[in-house]
Amino acid sequence: MKAKQMIVAGLCMAGLMLAGNAVYAAGQYGPGVTDTEITIGNTNPYSGPASSYGINGKVHAAYFAMINEKGGINGRKINYITRDDSYSPPKTVELVRQMVEQDKVFLLFGTLGTPSNMAIHGYLNENKVPQLFVATGADQWNDPKHFPWTMMWLPSYGIESHIYANYILKNLPNAKIAVLYQNDDYGKDYLNGLRAGLGDKAAKMIVATQSYETTDPTVDQQVVALQGSGADVLLTAAIPKFAAQTVRKVYDIGWKPTHFLNSVGNSVGTVMKPAGLEKGVGIISAAHVKDPTDPQWQNTPEYKEWLAFMNSHGLSGSITDVQAAIGYSYAQTLVEVLKMCGDNLTRENVMKQAASLHDLKLPMLLPGITLNTSANDFDPIKQMQLQKFDGTTWQLFGEVMSGSGT
Amino acid sequence: MHQLLQQIFSGIAAGAVYASLALALVMIYRATDLVNFAQGEMAMFSTYIAWTLVNAGLPFWAAFVITLAVSFVGGMVIERIVIRPVENAPILTAVVVTIGLLLIFNATAGWIYSYTLQEFPSPFPDRTLFGALMTTRDVGVIAVTLVMLAALFCFFRFTATGLAMRAAAQNPESARLCGVRVGRMLALGWGFAAAIGAVAGIMVAPVLFLDPNMMGGVLLYAFTGALLGGITSPVGAVIGGLIVGVTENLVGTYLIASQLKLTVALILIIIVLVFRPNGLFGTAVVRRV
Amino acid sequence: MAESVSLDGTAKLAMERETRMAIAVWRWAGTAALIAVAVVLPFTLSNYHVFELTQVMIYAIAVLGLNILTGYNGQISLGHGGFFAAGAYTAAILMHRYGVPYWATLAPAALVCFGLGVLFGLPALRFEGPYLALVTLAMAVAMPQLLKYFDNWTGGKQGLVLVKPMPPPELGIDRDRWLYLFVLVVLLVAIRVAANLLNGRTGRAFVAIRDHPIAAAAMGINTARYKTLAFGTSTLFTGVAGALAAIVIGFVAPESFTLFLSLSFLIGSAVGGIATIGGAIVGGFFIEFVPNFANDISDAAPWAIYGLTMLLFMYVMPRGVVGTLGPWLAHAMQQFRSARRAAK
Repeated sequence: MKAKQMIVAGLCMAGLMLAGNAVYAAGQYGPGVTDTEITIGNTNPYSGPASSYGINGKVHAAYFAMINEKGGINGRKINYITRDDSYSPPKTVELVRQMVEQDKVFLLFGTLGTPSNMAIHGYLNENKVPQLFVATGADQWNDPKHFPWTMMWLPSYGIESHIYANYILKNLPNAKIAVLYQNDDYGKDYLNGLRAGLGDKAAKMIVATQSYETTDPTVDQQVVALQGSGADVLLTAAIPKFAAQTVRKVYDIGWKPTHFLNSVGNSVGTVMKPAGLEKGVGIISAAHVKDPTDPQWQNTPEYKEWLAFMNSHGLSGSITDVQAAIGYSYAQTLVEVLKMCGDNLTRENVMKQAASLHDLKLPMLLPGITLNTSANDFDPIKQMQLQKFDGTTWQLFGEVMSGSGT
Repeated sequence: MHQLLQQIFSGIAAGAVYASLALALVMIYRATDLVNFAQGEMAMFSTYIAWTLVNAGLPFWAAFVITLAVSFVGGMVIERIVIRPVENAPILTAVVVTIGLLLIFNATAGWIYSYTLQEFPSPFPDRTLFGALMTTRDVGVIAVTLVMLAALFCFFRFTATGLAMRAAAQNPESARLCGVRVGRMLALGWGFAAAIGAVAGIMVAPVLFLDPNMMGGVLLYAFTGALLGGITSPVGAVIGGLIVGVTENLVGTYLIASQLKLTVALILIIIVLVFRPNGLFGTAVVRRV
Repeated sequence: MAESVSLDGTAKLAMERETRMAIAVWRWAGTAALIAVAVVLPFTLSNYHVFELTQVMIYAIAVLGLNILTGYNGQISLGHGGFFAAGAYTAAILMHRYGVPYWATLAPAALVCFGLGVLFGLPALRFEGPYLALVTLAMAVAMPQLLKYFDNWTGGKQGLVLVKPMPPPELGIDRDRWLYLFVLVVLLVAIRVAANLLNGRTGRAFVAIRDHPIAAAAMGINTARYKTLAFGTSTLFTGVAGALAAIVIGFVAPESFTLFLSLSFLIGSAVGGIATIGGAIVGGFFIEFVPNFANDISDAAPWAIYGLTMLLFMYVMPRGVVGTLGPWLAHAMQQFRSARRAAK
């Protein structure tokens, strides 16, 4: 055994010399990695007001369990530690410190929430611990110069509303726009992204804004007030519950704006159907993930594989949740990056590999949308596609777009 | 003008939602002198029971009746095994116990049913009324709330049990001397409150959509409404709930940015309460040394 | 006959006094030992555990504040998370915008929160029971909304990232241990101040108002003044705790101060022991460690386990850990001493 390892090491050394700067070398391990195991840390809100997002962490855990059943990554099993931070930043700090200092995790993966990630941003970069694929769509994470240990994953909310802005400028140049947004980082990113996308026309075109808190029982007041502003375009940046209420209320009060609905709340199963399918006809939205409740994907092998995975891992209660498809794609991205690292599992190399994604396709992403990163670009997904609701399904139209507008 | 009407009617519809849960809070306060912070979560849990039954193929009204019965018994059981042991402890202990219940119900619902949004069937047809000012769902909530109100009013006013329940809450010792079985009254109070909560949950679920956090926000508004009306008065709870709904809408539309509408609405309500410290319809309690 | 009774009485009194003095000596020795342990402890633990204990102490100060109001004065507050936030943001804004050193932010935070508390205490005078709960609840609900609204000052949704304080280099200890000691000193001062206040005239007035408000007023206690004072002192403590939290975590955001934080303080207060000072420390431990413990037991429903643990504590010790064990210990000690005396 020992001799064999020596030989392998020797061969690798030889290989290293031959290949110059090749990265393969046995035993190049960062903290939390052994010959048989890679320890990875994560925080998610499994309780509290944001607990509907907790499905992400559960899907990660199930996916890594499946990878482990199949023998792991290059023979190493993933030891996935995920803890509940209830969406409270101080708790996130505490848990992440525990994972880094006590549990000695290799990296943090998919930590969820903008404020939670803000709270650990400095600590992780100071200690050179990768904060890979943060689960937030805020704009500020793509900053490799100042924060070389932090990488995002979701297309930023700003990019998405940029896409809507471009569409409006092109097709509805005289629009009077009303915006309904959630009063936090996520909702405000949409509003700010729209303003940025409209440029100097923003002040004139946006005629009304209303916000809601996640503790509000309904958004009826906001929708009625926005209708009263005389707007003929509505952008809704709301999570499923409030998105569904908005779609229904807009219809019920007889308002007929061109309605843009954010990707966070455009699921057929958990938004359009509860709201009433006929009430959503004509709504425009952007997407990057295949909505598992959209009939158009349900016959594809990718969906069937995902469904089988969900059902065989005790997650059948969440097969209508688009978050489950997102969490699945997150986990696949990490597995891909770890595979690329080979046996050089240092924190430096994992960041290097994560920053070398090239046209990575994932089964639950829309066709044509791929992951790309470089040393100066820590934002893997910049594309989305527009789609229109026809009463049963989302019809994709136009080309895959990116937020820069070119 | 249309905008104003629209906001008032939306406010009434939302207010009816708050009022229905406020009734449950009043029920429990009258029966046990305690504000139950788990009331909203219990109602949410009952709604999931109804949802399960409907999904299992039961007709809506059958599921409704079964859920009510289950909730009633469940409420009594909770009183027996959870509340009774801390009956004589300081009031803070009882408050904290209801917070514990809140956490347990919320987490258990999330665990069993997941946090994914669910559609809940409405017993009423989906139609708009009065020139799109309201929908049949909203009218349904208002009607059911008023029916519950009438039932509660009659219960406390005209039935011996209602009278006994009030006596048991206000002065347990004297009530006991008069032959009232105080323990049973407290349990009954919890049972009734749970059943009222179940009705509230089932009626509002089609409006708000069902998820484990459905009632979290509603509880806050219901609590405010119940206190504004006077925590001992069912009529007050309903009117209080409606006032909260309408005030919030008008404040958010005409007074200030919607980010602060709840804050401002709360301040207005507190100012009102400074002048009427027992709520609009509450009765002052005479205290003795 | 009468003489023997009085003799008996005197002897008993002397005995009691001796017992009490013995208890006092023991208490002093115990306190000194505890402080010594608290000072040495961080040097035997890993950085992470030191950080955890720092959090415990911060929560303990906050719960101590709530205890003054709820435990001693009988006014329930659902809004102390809001005052905690006010303290945290006072410290954060001073540090972030004006470059005030971290240690100098405690006094302004205390002052701001005392003022806010008195302001809330005034309308609260008219309310009791659930109505008071509503007024304080409004504080907890309004605070995050106000923080988001006035984003020029508070950083809004992004929160404020603070520069972590550095320990004095001559001490040669790292940041975690330094912050631990810093918070420990504040905690000890807080306990000392609270004890002085509560064991004196003011404390007796608080308790009198809690137990017999009308009788207290009849005896000439200025109910309004003392109730307002209880409110102000209480929020002062909680505000200082908030400032410490901002310093130690190095980040504040509206999401850090939800309604659940207010409820956590209530839970800590009830579990630790209503109207006890030691209970606040037990409460701090509970708030910090039980959610983690719950998470260890169940990934799926941590809050259910947390809630069950809470219920369990409340059944076994309805007056809280210190409120139940304290009297029991004192009684046991008295028994032990009188038994020993009898044996002599």
